Amino acid sequence: MRTRTIIRLAMVVSVAGFAGAAVAATADDFKVAYAKAEAAEKGAAAVKNRWIATEAALKKAKAEADAGKFDDAVKLAQHAEALANASTAQAREQEKLWPDAVIR
Amino acid sequence: MLRKTLIAVAILAGAAQPLLAADKASDPKADFKAFREYFTKRFPKVALDDFVNGPYSMDAGLRKQWEAIDAFPPYDFVVDKGKQMFAAPFKNGKTYGDCFPNKGVGIRQDYPQFDAKSGQVITLDVALNNCREANGEKPFDYNKDDMAALTAYMAFTSRGKPMNITIPKDPRALAAYKKGEEYFYTRRGQLNFSCASCHVQNPGNHIRTEVLAPALGIMNAMPIYRSTWGGMGTVSRRLRTCNSQVGAEPLPAESDEYRNVEYYLSYMANGLPISGPGTRP
Repeated sequence: MRTRTIIRLAMVVSVAGFAGAAVAATADDFKVAYAKAEAAEKGAAAVKNRWIATEAALKKAKAEADAGKFDDAVKLAQHAEALANASTAQAREQEKLWPDAVIR
Repeated sequence: MLRKTLIAVAILAGAAQPLLAADKASDPKADFKAFREYFTKRFPKVALDDFVNGPYSMDAGLRKQWEAIDAFPPYDFVVDKGKQMFAAPFKNGKTYGDCFPNKGVGIRQDYPQFDAKSGQVITLDVALNNCREANGEKPFDYNKDDMAALTAYMAFTSRGKPMNITIPKDPRALAAYKKGEEYFYTRRGQLNFSCASCHVQNPGNHIRTEVLAPALGIMNAMPIYRSTWGGMGTVSRRLRTCNSQVGAEPLPAESDEYRNVEYYLSYMANGLPISGPGTRP
């Protein structure tokens, strides 16, 4: 009974490991993710609302990719994309909301 | 810790919103009246002219420290340097004084101005660089010490003179003013702060050890000697620092946005005395 359980566990672990290896990010994955992040940041620049954190994430993503750590690089690029989209959304929202804060 | 404090301030800022009416119409005279009333009613014990002293008008302890420091002002050397620079002739023999009315003495209170030719707001810093270029000299960096020294000297010669900003009957001037107002009240950066979050909704409150200055009269003390900088800094440097502090990438020095917001805030300070160059922690 115990032996069977161990074998099953080993199988699960090996399958999971194989699956993990299968989804490891590549240089191409990074290129795609980074291009998306850069495009989003261009959008933020167009509304003059880039965030420092976005620029930092882009820079770090590039550094990780240069070091061959593509999993981390892709995650950072995706994070940068999310930040850039948030800063653009903030600017768009504020175009409508700022008058509500004016002292009248 | 700073992040937590800033978030707390943001929550307070949100709570302050109902104090502000929702009317979205805007005109400079009405804005001026409402702006002044807001600060004088909120801080009835602060003399109107004292708002130009920023955090020192809000905090008695800080004021005592400032008065002690000002016995030997840390900016004296910078003012002296600015005076020498101002008087020194360019290669063509002319001086800064030749570019300005009254030879450039006691005129700081008249800036920023709206320039009909260029259709832009001209700050004192921009006017100084225009003067340099018109006389064959390279412009100074708006963030650096030379510009800070020149403007510090010019502010010093205007001390006590009331801010005197005009918005001419030119739709472009009104548009610049309104753009400045928009910039002032627009939230930006990862911390989601506007200039007003600190300087309208929270003057007198602390961010860590710093006491926030009121927006009323905030430009009258420019440029400022900041202990954290260990030197004199221009308006551009201050605005860029504000942006960074809320997690926003700063704009280029003397960009349209910065010029316009300086125009707006200076108009709001009309009648209040020039106190620059100021000292701040």
